[in-house]
Amino acid sequence: MMGAADIAGAVLAVAGVLFFLAGTLGLLRFPDIYTRIHALTKADNLGLGLICLGAAVQSGSLMTALKLLLVWILVLLAAATGASLIAQTAHRRGIRPWARQE
Amino acid sequence: MTAFYLILAGVILAMAFHALMTRPNLLRKLMALNIFTSAVFLFLVTLARMAEPLDPIPHAMVLTGIVVTVSTTAVGLALLVRLYRRSGSLTLQSTDDD
Amino acid sequence: MAVFDLILGLLLVVLVWKSLSVSDLFGAVISFMAFGLLMAVAWVRLEAPDIALAEAAIGSGLTGALLFSTLGRLPHSEARQPVVSRTVRNGPGYWMTTGFWWVLAILLSIAFLFSLLDLQTPGLGGLLQERLPESGVLNPVTAVLLNFRSLDTVMEIAVLLLAVVVAWSMGTVVWPVKRTLPSPLLPGFVRLLTPFFLLVSFSLLWRGSHAPGGAFPSGAVLAAAGILLLLAGKTTRICPRFMFWLRWILAVGLLVFVFAGVSLMVAGYGFLVYPEQWAGALILLIEVSAGVSIGAMLMALYIGGEPDIHSA
Repeated sequence: MMGAADIAGAVLAVAGVLFFLAGTLGLLRFPDIYTRIHALTKADNLGLGLICLGAAVQSGSLMTALKLLLVWILVLLAAATGASLIAQTAHRRGIRPWARQE
Repeated sequence: MTAFYLILAGVILAMAFHALMTRPNLLRKLMALNIFTSAVFLFLVTLARMAEPLDPIPHAMVLTGIVVTVSTTAVGLALLVRLYRRSGSLTLQSTDDD
Repeated sequence: MAVFDLILGLLLVVLVWKSLSVSDLFGAVISFMAFGLLMAVAWVRLEAPDIALAEAAIGSGLTGALLFSTLGRLPHSEARQPVVSRTVRNGPGYWMTTGFWWVLAILLSIAFLFSLLDLQTPGLGGLLQERLPESGVLNPVTAVLLNFRSLDTVMEIAVLLLAVVVAWSMGTVVWPVKRTLPSPLLPGFVRLLTPFFLLVSFSLLWRGSHAPGGAFPSGAVLAAAGILLLLAGKTTRICPRFMFWLRWILAVGLLVFVFAGVSLMVAGYGFLVYPEQWAGALILLIEVSAGVSIGAMLMALYIGGEPDIHSA
């Protein structure tokens, strides 16, 4: 028998994994560096947030939940900084954003 | 599960050893050496996991090993940069046979 | 959970293959770092959290930083190289040689696996649990590292110091200068993170006595903070006085360790044989000095040579 918290946690974690899947798909299929880091940072950060939330719900302890929140915030900051550094470097090297060829 | 990790250690060991012997690029040789030590560590830690109760002594040995490996790698990389400045190449082969 | 292990193992093998067989050296280094991170997961699966911490911080993080800084010092043309040059690949002996090494490698790993059949599993865990109260700490790995086998750890710190000495003896490097990056994002982020790094480093050091952690992960986190500060363009000017203190900081871990050992010997206990009532305090003292030294030494290895005092 699973409790309500377990089920809610599992649902949140599965939703998070789906976002990771979407982000990875974007990394593999999108045409240029800017769209790829867009897919990665956006989808993966949301996915990680959902997984952290799921784990927090399952843990049932406030202390663990706060630690997971801290983990999420730090990863958000690191991902934002990293993505913008990659984008800036690419821009400085003269890589143009992709545009649909008509 | 432990048997699986032992086989994994064997497979990684073989791949790393092969690369260590055949790759001419010294940076790659250093990476192969690092992966080789990882395989050995995996073997030691899996053995520790098989003991009853869990044996922490191989854990301490592996921790020491990780630090020694990073020291070796750092010295190797410093030598590699010096070699490149001297000879303009990342390999130890003489230039005329390439 | 066997499926999880299977996927993990497959990923590890693929990453090993990529880091050893892809012509792009930059990509190979990234695969190597990913391999280290996944190894950390494997260590957790094998119930070795201490090693997982050390692998994530040192084995993957710092080794990756070292490899990247080396790649950065080489020209771009070196970053993409065929694994084996074409003339060698088409040469007559190539397949013979590579085949020979494959056969040898496979034989080696088969011998390695066969050697397991009549191997006794190590059984010192019980003995260690029995003697743990004498050690002054509650984490068995720390007890082994800093009490029961502390001589190994002295030598380990000595090896690290020796690596720094060798790197310094091969010439000077230009000390990174203070500069302003085009975007304020990274410096701002690093300024925000530095207190967190110090906190995590101290917490790992403190936790080492009763939970996974200790001087080595702690020193690695310190070094990571220092490397980030360098990358964000924040350094101090070097002067003779700075170099004087740097040398002392690099050596203090080993000096305290050896000094503690010798004083215990003079007091009649034997080299690094701690009296039971002082063991906890001595281990803490040694760990703090070792942690600071390890941070400085790893950072010195990243810089890659003796800082040139005249360059600043």
